[in-house]
Amino acid sequence: MSKLTTSPKSYLIGFLLSLCLTLAAYLMVSRHTSSNGVLVFGVVCLALVQLFVQLKFFLHLGSESKPKWNLLVFGFMLGVLLILVFGSLWIMYNLNYHHGGYPVSPANPDAYTKQDEGIKL
Amino acid sequence: MSQLTNSNNQVDSRNIFGFWVYLMTDCILFATLFATFAVLRNNTYGGPSGHELFSLNFVLSETVILLTSSFTCGLAVLAAGRNEKKQAIFWFVVTFLLGLAFLTLEISEFRHLYIEGNSWRRSGFLSAFFTLVGTHGLHITAGLIWMFVMILKTMKRGLLVANQRRLIMLSLFWHFLDVIWIFIFTIVYLLGAVSR
Repeated sequence: MSKLTTSPKSYLIGFLLSLCLTLAAYLMVSRHTSSNGVLVFGVVCLALVQLFVQLKFFLHLGSESKPKWNLLVFGFMLGVLLILVFGSLWIMYNLNYHHGGYPVSPANPDAYTKQDEGIKL
Repeated sequence: MSQLTNSNNQVDSRNIFGFWVYLMTDCILFATLFATFAVLRNNTYGGPSGHELFSLNFVLSETVILLTSSFTCGLAVLAAGRNEKKQAIFWFVVTFLLGLAFLTLEISEFRHLYIEGNSWRRSGFLSAFFTLVGTHGLHITAGLIWMFVMILKTMKRGLLVANQRRLIMLSLFWHFLDVIWIFIFTIVYLLGAVSR
């Protein structure tokens, strides 16, 4: 048992880091500092860093003694989560595409798709 | 988790592991709602999109309040681990009040949207929004009721081993809700304001 995880110091570090990361993400978007693509990437990265910070300093994940069952269940959950979210997005994107694309739905989706994919009849 | 319980060897860490497994399954529930939201976020059906509806300043204040409550909850459980009853109750009351402030802000936002005609019936985007953020709000409500009961129990019976264990689970639940909120803040509000 390390000293850090049972002292208020751990929570204070986690709190201050989370506060900075939240404010950074907020300022990036509200000031509109860069192009949309960069903003999306930056904001998502900041959220992932904050996830890591809170898991470590608030939930103390990974600092338990072996065997690390908590970490194992967390890893399994993460796998299910990624399959669920990216699987849904992938499938729905494909469906949208084969139904003529979003947001402008052309009158003849079949011809639209053929033209878009360069299929000549 | 378990190292918090080590400070008091009587607290059985198996119970806390069970609660952790519940939290992970709850996380999968939120993942499905996030996936739904991500799929439907552009389907506004001619209605308003995120950046027309949401005020970033308002959401930032909600976020800071919830983050602070997560911090004070940590302090509370540390005090409970040291068997300092008064301090533990004080910090849990602070956490409770901050949580209540967060919930009040969230309800006022929902009420505002509803009155302006932007309820869950307006579009697929708004249905997904209300389901995702509303589910988080329901969890916060449940957490607040639990916290209220635990404050009363601790006042009455003190920091028994059983109460300590429950307080550790409650704090895990509260930190977990804060983690979920980071992603609601980022994906729903910030990315909603970016894509215009």
